[in-house]
Amino acid sequence: MSTHAITVETEYGVPTVALHTDIFARVVKSVSQVKGLAEAPKAFVPQPVMGKSDAELKEYVYGNDPVTGVPVMQEIIEGLTQGLGMAAASGGTESTPRLVDPDTEENLHQRFLENRWTDMLPIILPTEERVAEMLAHTSHAADEVVGRMQPTHNRGFWEYTVEKVAVNAVMSGARPEYFPVILALAASGVTSRGSTSSSAAGMVVVNGPIRHEIDMNCGIGALGPYNHANATIGRAYSLLSQNLQGGSVPGETYMGSQGNNSAYNGMTFAENEERSPWEPLHVQKGFKPEDSTVSVFWGGRSHTFCLGLRETHWRAHVAQMLQGIDTTTSPVFLLDPITARQFVERGDFDTKEKLIHWAWETAKMPAAEYWDLQLVQNYVYPRATFGEEPMASKLKAAPDELIHMFNEDAIEVVVVGGETNGYWQIQGTRYNKTVSVDDWR
Amino acid sequence: MDGVDTPTKSGSLITVHNPVGYPPKVSAKTAAPRLDSLDGKIVYLVDCRFDDSIKLLKQIEGWFADLMPSVETRIISLNNTYQKDDPETWKEIQAKGDGAIFGVGH
Repeated sequence: MSTHAITVETEYGVPTVALHTDIFARVVKSVSQVKGLAEAPKAFVPQPVMGKSDAELKEYVYGNDPVTGVPVMQEIIEGLTQGLGMAAASGGTESTPRLVDPDTEENLHQRFLENRWTDMLPIILPTEERVAEMLAHTSHAADEVVGRMQPTHNRGFWEYTVEKVAVNAVMSGARPEYFPVILALAASGVTSRGSTSSSAAGMVVVNGPIRHEIDMNCGIGALGPYNHANATIGRAYSLLSQNLQGGSVPGETYMGSQGNNSAYNGMTFAENEERSPWEPLHVQKGFKPEDSTVSVFWGGRSHTFCLGLRETHWRAHVAQMLQGIDTTTSPVFLLDPITARQFVERGDFDTKEKLIHWAWETAKMPAAEYWDLQLVQNYVYPRATFGEEPMASKLKAAPDELIHMFNEDAIEVVVVGGETNGYWQIQGTRYNKTVSVDDWR
Repeated sequence: MDGVDTPTKSGSLITVHNPVGYPPKVSAKTAAPRLDSLDGKIVYLVDCRFDDSIKLLKQIEGWFADLMPSVETRIISLNNTYQKDDPETWKEIQAKGDGAIFGVGH
């Protein structure tokens, strides 16, 4: 909201006041600074607004701003009529130093912790020697810009170089031979540590020969803490996301209400291509089988699991699982090879696309229930009313008409697991992009 | 690189890299001139379509009707989610409004 208010204020010449809930006070201050108008008029009401009665909201409006103690409406009226004038924010042009002031190892660990440059677990200090060793495992120059990231929309993109990525890779404990994979993740520009109040986390699928070159795990325990490459590549992606986007600090650059444990390493694993009955994910996305890639996802808030596919009622069971996935991301089937083969046998899905199509057709709910979901109200309904398809067509459905919960092209299937049993799961997470690892060797 | 070694003897000074990226360059902006008063003015109440924000804006609309009836308020909803720019709405506010209250942000 601050961004829009500042746009109207500074580009359209109309005085504005932006009204927020108090929990976002530090975020609003930060956004206003980044947008070049630190003193942009603002007022706050208590959190939450959602679900409050008219009487409660009236109390908010007639009451005091919980941040300043000033009556809310007084702040609003004064914001439109007083102060500010031609005041302008100072530009934040200071850049980031390359090195930290020399200190003892113990003090540096403490400084990294206090500066919130870690994930609160011990890190490897990024000495010049260690960073140089990491940099030796890519052909790219240390000062080459890899990409830009921001914690959420309108926060302002921070930029980073190969060297900055190497620093975070060292901190994670990653081995230098993993560096091209970590650079590819950084090059995605997709943060693994976004600020959303919904507490999302990233997910990473690695495909191609690099999986074996660096001994990644796609079998038993692939999604867990049992493999050095899986663990530290994911942690590197997490650390570089928080540090290269300008922070992931609760109340300021991180607003996830509950947080997400997957954020420690972004659920990083390799696809079990050798045991899969289908083509691997990166080939689906246009790469060759011999290419090495990373595919990044964002979500990880909903999750359901099952054991195998029973002969009689498997369709109903999967349909029930799909009902548990949040509608604003998408179902991503993570299938042990045993279950992947069962889908082929029971459903005649000899391609991933056939399974995806069936899942899309299966996942439906009454239109009235769908549109009443708060997440749909926030993120889908506005787009539907703007005429964006296929949301706009869904909006025409009668209240009791069954409509699709997801877009077919957003459903994904990945094979992973070691065949100790046919357990499988659906993650609610959204595919974002696939990036070449080979380009970063 | 697995963290089993230490970079130097405890107590001696060492130099390490700063892990933070480079911030965006911020261009300072100038605010719009403020209004002398709200009497007879048109104030847009801009609904960001997030978490029942329009319900709070209706209470603000009611406050103006009760206590500053000389102000005309107009509730307008963004054409899309709050994540997207909405020049069409901004142009309407510029053409027809004197001020705008945006809510409810997060």
